[in-house]
Amino acid sequence: MRALLGIVLGLMMLATAAGAKEEVVLGLSRNTISITTNFDGSEILVFGAVKRETPIPEGAPLEVIVTVAGPSHPVVVRRKEKRFGIWINTDAVEVDRAPSFYAINTSGPLDDILSAVEDQRHKITIPQAIRSVGAPQNITDAGAFTQSLIRIRKKSNLYQLNEGDVSIEEQTLFRTSVTLPAALTEGGYGTRIFLVRGGAIVAQYETVIDVRKVGMERWLFKLSREQSLLYGLLSLAIAIAAGWSASAVFGLLRR
Amino acid sequence: MQIYLPIAEVSVNAFLLLGLGGIVGILSGMFGVGGGFLMTPLLFFIGIPPAVAVATEANQIVASSFSGVLAHFKRKTVDLRMGTVLLVGGLFGAALGVMVFNYLKAQGQVDLLVKLCYVVFLGVIGGLMFVESLSAIRNTKRGKAPKRKKHNWIHGLPFKMRFRVSGLYISVIPPLVVGVAVGILAAIMGVGGGFIMVPAMIYLLGMPTKVVVGTSLFQIIFVTAFTTMLHATTNFTVDIVLAVLLLVGGVVGAQIGTRIGIRMKAEQLRILLAIMVLVVCGKLALELLLQPAELYSIGTGGH
Repeated sequence: MRALLGIVLGLMMLATAAGAKEEVVLGLSRNTISITTNFDGSEILVFGAVKRETPIPEGAPLEVIVTVAGPSHPVVVRRKEKRFGIWINTDAVEVDRAPSFYAINTSGPLDDILSAVEDQRHKITIPQAIRSVGAPQNITDAGAFTQSLIRIRKKSNLYQLNEGDVSIEEQTLFRTSVTLPAALTEGGYGTRIFLVRGGAIVAQYETVIDVRKVGMERWLFKLSREQSLLYGLLSLAIAIAAGWSASAVFGLLRR
Repeated sequence: MQIYLPIAEVSVNAFLLLGLGGIVGILSGMFGVGGGFLMTPLLFFIGIPPAVAVATEANQIVASSFSGVLAHFKRKTVDLRMGTVLLVGGLFGAALGVMVFNYLKAQGQVDLLVKLCYVVFLGVIGGLMFVESLSAIRNTKRGKAPKRKKHNWIHGLPFKMRFRVSGLYISVIPPLVVGVAVGILAAIMGVGGGFIMVPAMIYLLGMPTKVVVGTSLFQIIFVTAFTTMLHATTNFTVDIVLAVLLLVGGVVGAQIGTRIGIRMKAEQLRILLAIMVLVVCGKLALELLLQPAELYSIGTGGH
């Protein structure tokens, strides 16, 4: 048994040694983002270095891809059509998983630096990050729905493709910054860094940036979910109090 | 100054919200409408998710109506008895309306229904009021005394009750029916229903305009409070921060509006409300008729 374990461990070490010719050492300007009342978007600086025991390999230069993905949720994409003279929602496609936020920063044009096979395997580009299976049979152009989802979210800066935003020095140091919009959803934002040579991924590093509401925002959000009756009564009490005090103040002003 | 809304999960300008609340509050105090039919589309427009906008708006209407009704109480222009009868019908109608709403939501066409409701009701009511108040203004200019207390079929119904403040002696059935109808529509359209109630009280029940506004506000408080609680406990979509910003502007506006309303003639008040209703109706109708810039929309999935 012990011998077997030893072999397995040995094999694992061999595997890591073979695969880890180049490794990512990462730094983040911040690994938690606090959503406070005056939260108005945020910027994260992602920087790091490539650690290697051997000299810089010959051939294709090093390229870096950084992705940040917000929590995924299923969404429904609806399309309007003209029926009886008015525009109404007709077809709908449910997308099983779409990240609420997705940013890709690269050191060069994505098509040039990453092969399609590697993209599919690691789900790097935006269309790959969205999982859509099983559109209803009557919809023949399901692709148009996911494309529209991407287009709409790109417009509100929720999906970003920033080609050439990663700067690399001496094939060793890299840095980039990811801009997060104000309309953020809570959750873990998976951050991945890929080192790419000649279209193939040679090393990968993953970490999570924690985005959470704090202070009053957190308290109100929790109250609304856990004590919804109390929350509702609190909303009403505030409304009545505000209505009454405005009336009282104006009554005094008139006198 | 940007403020992050905890439930809506968007960041918006606080002064913009205060301003919107103030303008809608003035209109609300002037006409005795909650202002929801104006505010809800405005909130969609500045990027608040529709579900949150509708629920939070109900909460804000509670505040502005309460502020407005206090001013009316001081002037004794609230018919409590009529308000209570309307309210009984209204609560019943609201519960019914929520059931209809949930059924249509399951069918996936609730947006369309809401918009069509707006266009049809705003159009019909706005048009009728506009024509009526225009002819009333013409008549007063010519020096004719306005006709009052028309006797129609409504006066033949049983269960008569005396409404002293309104100067009416009519059956309780019409106000109850009006209450139920307004309650249903209020729940479906996510508004207080004042813009339907006010004309119904004037034209169907024959109540004097001065009493109508206060009585409508009185009834709206309770119906929207009921709606707020329903949204808060079932959909978790009431955003308290958004509500506070809107209602600070709203309650102040309602006080100013009430004072403006009292100085104006009833016909002028009605024609202004009619024009406003028609403008909103026209805008919504255009949205349905013209090709939208973006044919696709994103909704939350997961059943």
